[in-house]
Amino acid sequence: MGWISPEGSSTGTPLVELQSISKQFGGVRAIDGISLEIPSGAVHALVGENGAGKSTLGKVIAGSIHPDSGSMLVEGVEVSFRSPREALGHGIAAMAQELLLVGRLSVAENVFLGAEPSRGSWIRRGTLKSRYERLAADAGFSLPADEPVGGMRIAEQQQVEIMRALARDARLIVMDEPSAALSGSDVERLHEIIRTLVAQGKAVLLVSHFLREVLSLADTISVLRDGQLVRTSAAADETEATLIQGMLGRPLGAAFPKKPERNVQAPVRLSVRNVIAPAVADVSLEVREGEIVGLAGLVGAGRTELVRALFGADRRSSGTVEIAGKELSSDQPLLSLRSGLAMIPESRREQGLLFNRSVLENVSLSSLGDVSRGGWVSRRSERAAVSPILERVALRGATPDSVVSTLSGGNQQKVLFARNLMCEPRVLIADEPTRGVDVGAKRAIYDLIVELASRGTAVLLVSSELEEVLGLSHRVLVMRRGRVVAELEGEAMTESGILAAAFADPVTTEVAA
Amino acid sequence: MSATGESAAQDPAQSAIEEVGADSTAGQGAAPGSRRYQLLARGKVRSVGIVAPFVILFIVLSIASGGFLTKANLLNILDQQAATLVIAAAGTLVLVSGGIDLSVGAVYGLAAVVSGKLLGHVPAGFAILAGILAGTLVGTVNGFIATFLRINALITTLAMSFVVAGIASLVTQGNLLVLSSDTSFGDFSNTDILGVNSSTWVMVIVVVVLGLLLARTTIGRYMYAAGGNAEAARIAGVRVNMTRIIAFALSGSAAAIGGIIDSSRVLSADGTNNSQLTFTVLAGIVVGGTSILGGEGVVWRTAIGVLLIALIGNGYDLLGLNPLYEQITLGVIMMLAVGLDAWSRQVRH
Repeated sequence: MGWISPEGSSTGTPLVELQSISKQFGGVRAIDGISLEIPSGAVHALVGENGAGKSTLGKVIAGSIHPDSGSMLVEGVEVSFRSPREALGHGIAAMAQELLLVGRLSVAENVFLGAEPSRGSWIRRGTLKSRYERLAADAGFSLPADEPVGGMRIAEQQQVEIMRALARDARLIVMDEPSAALSGSDVERLHEIIRTLVAQGKAVLLVSHFLREVLSLADTISVLRDGQLVRTSAAADETEATLIQGMLGRPLGAAFPKKPERNVQAPVRLSVRNVIAPAVADVSLEVREGEIVGLAGLVGAGRTELVRALFGADRRSSGTVEIAGKELSSDQPLLSLRSGLAMIPESRREQGLLFNRSVLENVSLSSLGDVSRGGWVSRRSERAAVSPILERVALRGATPDSVVSTLSGGNQQKVLFARNLMCEPRVLIADEPTRGVDVGAKRAIYDLIVELASRGTAVLLVSSELEEVLGLSHRVLVMRRGRVVAELEGEAMTESGILAAAFADPVTTEVAA
Repeated sequence: MSATGESAAQDPAQSAIEEVGADSTAGQGAAPGSRRYQLLARGKVRSVGIVAPFVILFIVLSIASGGFLTKANLLNILDQQAATLVIAAAGTLVLVSGGIDLSVGAVYGLAAVVSGKLLGHVPAGFAILAGILAGTLVGTVNGFIATFLRINALITTLAMSFVVAGIASLVTQGNLLVLSSDTSFGDFSNTDILGVNSSTWVMVIVVVVLGLLLARTTIGRYMYAAGGNAEAARIAGVRVNMTRIIAFALSGSAAAIGGIIDSSRVLSADGTNNSQLTFTVLAGIVVGGTSILGGEGVVWRTAIGVLLIALIGNGYDLLGLNPLYEQITLGVIMMLAVGLDAWSRQVRH
């Protein structure tokens, strides 16, 4: 296996070289001045927290995102990809988190999609099949050529994607979280495939959350944090501990308000028993009156799926949810809201706000019955009810009549909070409440959460930002693969404690139901 | 409409910041000039977009044709458009709540036939009520299929238009029903009240009621929510399916009222699918600035949209222009209306 140290790459031209690549989205720097080299015949891994810029960097290399500045060289020649197709022309292929296959076409047709052997516009099926079989044999795959891809398992679909890359003579394959959606033996098989690819002289850029996987597969590892490169070093020089340190290592950003007093004897407000739902495997938990419980875990660990199932936004296949001792009879948002359970959804654009309506209408939407008589909305009582809540959430620089799409991200989030405050919930679920929100508004939202809890609301807080979970919660639950795998409290509530529970090797984890 | 400038100043960057999630998989949001953006975000362009051509055309016709600006001509336009306006007002509710109703032309025919068949057996008032209920029933079924059975509303109502037209032909056996057996049926449209035909009064009442329903009631708010962002509405506790079914039911009822208005005026019914009407209604709604994607639209602008189209036709008549160009003019206006809608959405997101 071609093991090449980062220093060793200076002896020959690296396959891909990045020179101070930057990319902004709006005002946020997703990646900021990153330089690194990817040698051929090796696995190069990118690690970092959620939002560190790993996926963006992978996409820049694979041509699906165009960088704002910096240059990229393939075998010493400067390139500028405007599309994944152009990257493919230079031997760089991507295997995305969401696979891009045509479900109705067969394996062989997918592998050669867009590059079918043809005469005129007539596809030569025989040639297609024999070419496929040669390719599969070379790569050590054994998928039947004629089977439609749609019904295949994800692991098999990944193999189709890899073969598609090989069919186009790819020399570098970018794999973004390839093992995230796989279970036990499929993960091992994938690792074998990656090792075989490298032995054949291909390079693999591996973006992964699983540190043990990274350490066992990669030759070199680049650690990213907040869009910047912390360091690139040989895998042999790293351990899980040093990687975690490198990924965190930042000073505490936004300050947090003082946590409200907690009464461990307080009555249980949210009680969840053995809930099973898509991507959620048998979760039980409790949140008491005035308590803030953090729900941590990696992207894809099932946190959002869990809270959506609790709220009734998605179906629960079994299990019970009790609000203040009363079981929710059915999984419907309307009934949850009436029982005193409210949820700030993960994406305010997709699931939260009516972007082309006013602040006023967005806030009163869940409580219209309270400001109307016989179905007629009283504009006066609506305004009278909404304005004190807007003051409470500290909406700045916008009026009740402002259209929501014209607000800043922070203000939009405050509008969403205002809607849920107006329902006076006993239990509030907040899913990523500060995503895409600037620092000042973050603090305002933290204050709101703490204020709610101090008034007795039970809060279940989902966040990918560890410091946020730690800074606000009395107690932290860590999810992995649809289960709550750890409960941390007091001294045990540390970043490394959460990461240790959240990052586990997929091979050793049992299959989620 | 009165939002202050400061809030709007931050807009353009915002749409892009939105995209940066945990692991930025974002695309690039366009950052438009903030003034143009501000204007569009308020929906001002759209309401101006419909009122301005209407007013201009009105003035031009007043000057160009002596016969235009007369009480008789204007009342005549309103009366001729009564059925279209009633149906388009309800159709606005359907579009706002995220659906579309292509069965109105068929329901229009069915209701007239149902009422007509009952005439002579029951009092005219009951016959009219039965016709309207038939429309309500068809609309409710449309709504149920398009929501709980999750069949695309366009397909549902298109298919329903064939079913309904078929039922109507079965009832008439393909014959024209002459509705002169009960003279009070004709009174529904042809009674003079304060110098204005009763059909116009019916239209005014229906349009005002539906306009207020959409703008000022809880169900109206839920319609905007259901059409603007169904998932967000659901999570906010809105019964999206129920809301949409109500919109379809109202559309069916309105189509029936439209059918009865016209059959009462001409005292006959043939039960054929009036697909020309279906598309004129849709054209009026869209020209009035209602988004075919849902979540946006106002009843009074639909009324202006329908009347704008009517003015074009009236103008061609009065000025003796080649009516072939009327269709072209209408088509171009529709494209402009829809184009403006699509363009303003692109700028916003």
